[in-house]
Amino acid sequence: MTSRIIEILVGLFMVLFFAAMVLLATRISNLSGIGGGSGYEITASFDNIGGLKVRAPVSAGGVRVGKVTGISYDSESFRANVTMQIEDSHRAFPLDTSASIYTAGLLGEQYIGLEPGAEEDFLEEGHEIELTQSAMVLEKLIGQVVFSKSGNNSSE
Amino acid sequence: MNAIFDWLQNFGQFWLNMLEKFGRSHLFLGRMLIGSLGFFRRFGLYVRQLHAAGVLTLSIVLVSGLFVGMVLALQGYNTLVGFGAEESLGVVVALTLVRELGPVVAGLLFAGRAGSAMTAEIGLMKATEQIAGLEMMAVDPFQRVYAPRFIAGFIALPCLAAMFSAIGVLGGYLVGVEVLGVDSGAFWSQMQASVDFVDDVVNGLIKAVVFGFVVSWIAIFEGADCIPTSEGVSRATTRTVVYSSLAILGLDFLLTAVMFNV
Repeated sequence: MTSRIIEILVGLFMVLFFAAMVLLATRISNLSGIGGGSGYEITASFDNIGGLKVRAPVSAGGVRVGKVTGISYDSESFRANVTMQIEDSHRAFPLDTSASIYTAGLLGEQYIGLEPGAEEDFLEEGHEIELTQSAMVLEKLIGQVVFSKSGNNSSE
Repeated sequence: MNAIFDWLQNFGQFWLNMLEKFGRSHLFLGRMLIGSLGFFRRFGLYVRQLHAAGVLTLSIVLVSGLFVGMVLALQGYNTLVGFGAEESLGVVVALTLVRELGPVVAGLLFAGRAGSAMTAEIGLMKATEQIAGLEMMAVDPFQRVYAPRFIAGFIALPCLAAMFSAIGVLGGYLVGVEVLGVDSGAFWSQMQASVDFVDDVVNGLIKAVVFGFVVSWIAIFEGADCIPTSEGVSRATTRTVVYSSLAILGLDFLLTAVMFNV
């Protein structure tokens, strides 16, 4: 084989590699999600975050507007602090926006849903969401149902 | 009594030989790295070796990638449908390929296809005294023979692993969406939501880089260190495949423990 053909084949090989990397970066993972500067961070504290994980989506009205970037436990207030990054294109969340933790489907991953309030001022970098609702923990729900059932029976 | 001492002597000799070989392989690696400083001066040699290690392995890697992806989709679908979570098929296929199967299976195929060829070629060069001939002509075999093969293997394996993962996901898409009827939008969007470029794709590639380094090192060292007879070359080739495969699987465990379980 002449060296020209070999070099062409190696060139083709590298082109294929770059094509594979582009596919891996854009179709399979979300490269656009990288880059810390492409948004502003707000925090919220929850009694219980259930199975929420870092990188979980943050959505408003069902549309993804950001992601969870950090979860920590505050041993002073005994609550979980969640840091989330909201994309710059979604600047207009009123100060009294509330955050709740929902589950996508019965067994799906957990995400934070934002519900805009009515204040005139908007959330900025570093602000904290005051109104939060914890995750539904299945065991607690079952416990409540069992408890209320047994309470009804004894009163009859 | 003498039998015990004989046995002990053999045992001690075995370990001393092992240690000596281990040390020799590191000296060899050092000389090979120094030899690869001539990367730009002898660019043509490197391109030729990239052809031998990369392009010629491409077909087997692409075909097995496609089939591994298709099998993953079939198996994953059958399990996930029991939970009503068949929409997560894309996540299962992509994460499995990008994190584990891409680097590992591409590495094993690379060791079998390119690593054994490197050992056999270098071993035969040694057996037919071509290496000694180069040295007689004051041509450094490290610069001329070993380093180009080493760097080529080092570059080729990450490329092959990336292509393996990419075509595997396409195979999974083919079976999952076109045949089994998973929703195409859910397949891609859930995948994009769960696969992170740095944490998953880049870490998978780091694995492939490490495997490429180790496999080419083992292959070239075994070739250069073999007993220069036809039997010695065949043994060296076998050792390359066995050691490379074991090294890949062992290192894979270590790297996974370090990179993904933080």
